[in-house]
Amino acid sequence: MSKPTAAARPASESELMQALSEPGGAFELVAGGTKRGIGRPVEAAALDLSALRGIVDYEPRELVLTARPGTPLQEIQTLLASEGQRLGFEPPAEIGQTLGGVLMANRSGSRRLTAGSARDHFIGLRAVNGLGEAFVGGGRVVKNVTGFDLPKVLAGSWGTLAALTEVTVRVVPMAESEATLLFAANGPQAAVELCSLALGSCFDVSAAAFDPARGVALRLEGLASSVQSRIEGLLGSLAHPAQDRLDTETSRSFWHHIGAVTALAHHPVLWRLSVAPTQAPAILASLDTQAFQLDWGGGLIWLGAAAVEAGRIRAALKGGHATLMRAPLEERRRTRVFEPPGPALAALSARLKAAFDPHGRLNPGRMD
Amino acid sequence: MLGRMICLAQPDAAVIGRKAEILAALRRLLAPADVIGDDTLLRAYETDALTAYRQRPLAVVLPHTTEQVAAVLRFALKEGIRIVARGAGTSLSGGAVPVADAIVVGMGRFNRILAIDYADRCVVAQSGVTNLAISQAVAARHFYYAPDPSSQIACTIGGNVAENSGGVHCLKYGLTTHNVLGLEMVTPEGEIVRLGGRHLDAGHYDLLGLMTGSEGLLGIVTEVTVRILPRPQTARAVLIGFGTVAGASDCVADVIAAGIIPAGLEMMDGPAIRAAEEFVHAGYPLSVAALLIVELDGPASEVDELITRVHAIAARHGASSCRASSDETERERFWAGRKAAFPAVGRISPDYLCMDGSIPRRRLAAVLQSIAELSQRHGLRVANVFHAGDGNLHPLILYDANVPGELERAEAFGSDILKLCVDAGGVLTGEHGVGLEKRDLMTYQFGAVDLEVQHRIKRVFDPQLRFNPGKVFPALSRCSEQGREHVHAGTARAHAGLPRF
Repeated sequence: MSKPTAAARPASESELMQALSEPGGAFELVAGGTKRGIGRPVEAAALDLSALRGIVDYEPRELVLTARPGTPLQEIQTLLASEGQRLGFEPPAEIGQTLGGVLMANRSGSRRLTAGSARDHFIGLRAVNGLGEAFVGGGRVVKNVTGFDLPKVLAGSWGTLAALTEVTVRVVPMAESEATLLFAANGPQAAVELCSLALGSCFDVSAAAFDPARGVALRLEGLASSVQSRIEGLLGSLAHPAQDRLDTETSRSFWHHIGAVTALAHHPVLWRLSVAPTQAPAILASLDTQAFQLDWGGGLIWLGAAAVEAGRIRAALKGGHATLMRAPLEERRRTRVFEPPGPALAALSARLKAAFDPHGRLNPGRMD
Repeated sequence: MLGRMICLAQPDAAVIGRKAEILAALRRLLAPADVIGDDTLLRAYETDALTAYRQRPLAVVLPHTTEQVAAVLRFALKEGIRIVARGAGTSLSGGAVPVADAIVVGMGRFNRILAIDYADRCVVAQSGVTNLAISQAVAARHFYYAPDPSSQIACTIGGNVAENSGGVHCLKYGLTTHNVLGLEMVTPEGEIVRLGGRHLDAGHYDLLGLMTGSEGLLGIVTEVTVRILPRPQTARAVLIGFGTVAGASDCVADVIAAGIIPAGLEMMDGPAIRAAEEFVHAGYPLSVAALLIVELDGPASEVDELITRVHAIAARHGASSCRASSDETERERFWAGRKAAFPAVGRISPDYLCMDGSIPRRRLAAVLQSIAELSQRHGLRVANVFHAGDGNLHPLILYDANVPGELERAEAFGSDILKLCVDAGGVLTGEHGVGLEKRDLMTYQFGAVDLEVQHRIKRVFDPQLRFNPGKVFPALSRCSEQGREHVHAGTARAHAGLPRF
């Protein structure tokens, strides 16, 4: 999805406050524009946040980085890599996306399973709410329980509560090496069982996925000597021979494709289901599909399809949630893209929205 | 324990006047034995581990089921009665201190582990289950629950959720919020809701993330689903002594800069080392100005390699001694002194205040220097024990409440330390919570709009402001003379025997 023509492009927090405190209509919040295809289409003038960019503070020894949210993710990743660091939650690559967009979408990759999500690494913010008020939440230190945890509330809120103006994230040391073991698995049941065994072992598996075309993939990261000894230990404990082993470069490329779900790129519709890992095989069986990929040891199901069929997908879930990540515009208009909360939670969510944006000016309807 | 300065929320005399009627109504909702109204029995609930504050509540209820909690909360909603939730009462910030017109909902009967799921790597527990009991329940299969607050033998998992508790291992394994997958809770309106489950992340707004660390302001947690981890193959601790605090601080920064994330990275200064060594004989060097405990875990070969690297970094910073544990007994002995540091300091001083500021690591040496200067200015000794790896300080201010004016001086000193942390780019509390203790300093860290944004979230859940009144937010409380009683901590410290980190 390309970027729309902007009605406003604030260059500072005070300009953003002004845009939102003046009476007026609703805005669609946009920076990189890469995630406009997710959520209900927002019928509003574009508020372009891409000018709020740049690194504010980065001291590698702090394992913390503060930046303005419109900073391209690529720029941040390059900077971190130059210091031997990275974002622990492994955001899937998407050309043009911004740090703020990744956080507002709570977008995490394969390492989310063991290292935590984007929201887990999001520790502080400045933002402007729908009334044009600037506020802070969290802080720049990793350990902080002072007041409500606002970064958690804004992570995954898809720009419906506030517009970020500054964010602080934790960063982690980059692993010296990594390797991925590939195993043949006869279907999702066997795949998830293998993942559960591996993830329950003491060999520190950092990611576990299943692509029906490639088999089960288990990744180990760390010091080269440690990776080697853990591979030996893991293979011994699983009593299941590996078909192949991918070393650092090929392993990185493999997980890049898992994160970007390239195997399902040709399907017009893409669903993302978060479930208890052991429920994945039954869900896939009930949906009777071969167009899928599992990540997070089975807990993340990607489904490719020709049609949306939200009712059928959600009926297959027993707990967890389903999000429509790709579909034609008309389909998104008439589908609940995000998992609809039950009545009590829907009431709380509506009141939470009103607490930040009482006039419904920020991305109206996107999560409805 | 800023006792003289902080007041509890003002009670409503009309509610207190209806006590008999309220007790009768509660006894229709719960078994009579589960409703406490007798003044003598209520004493057991009048404080938590911040013992400077004592206030008997109107009543205590001890429900057994989520439906009973909901029934009590619907009754309280209808009658406009305030509610204070309580787990084990181990809060160091006064989070569970009652109000005179409130019903305390004690969650002690919610003590069952409901499910252990090794394939999905999670445990479902009622909220009154202790933190340690979860790890113990899965220990035979070599799993554990990572957050380990020092009070873990007593504190409950529901209380951990309320406070977003940490522990020595959170540098590597995260706080409670990173390890909780789901909750069942009852809202102030008496609705039973579920947040999260055995899956990851929220499908809509992350109310689970909001509840975690909300200090009893938004509802009562009845059930918690936590993620469990396989035990690391090995764990070893290294004791490193330094001639200067600055040398130790720089060593901490360089260990992190080298890409090493220890499972625990703790520091003690001279006064704390000597107090701990005299108390438990952990084998600490007594001639050093600062001591680091670095714990490394993982596969044996990796741990050995990392210990070699840590040794080299320590040597570069002029370490005067460096010793790695050779077995589990020695590792536990290295930790014993650290874990006993608070009670050990309690032996060298009639009273102490424990602060909990959190700062950027790079400011460690400068902040410690300023604390030493403040110590001179206030004329009170200080011992520093802290989670150096994540910049979470626990300065212990030593004083004697029997000496007129010392408590006030200690409180002023503590307040200065927390302001110093905020000025250094840090925050008021790293893991103990705001509670009553730091409530009136919130305006130092946050502006009026910041606090108003948080108040609005409070009102989303609790529009009548009935849940845990007088905690966290200064503007939500009204000062009165009620509840200002100060108790000499040396004579009445609740949970005196608990280890404290």
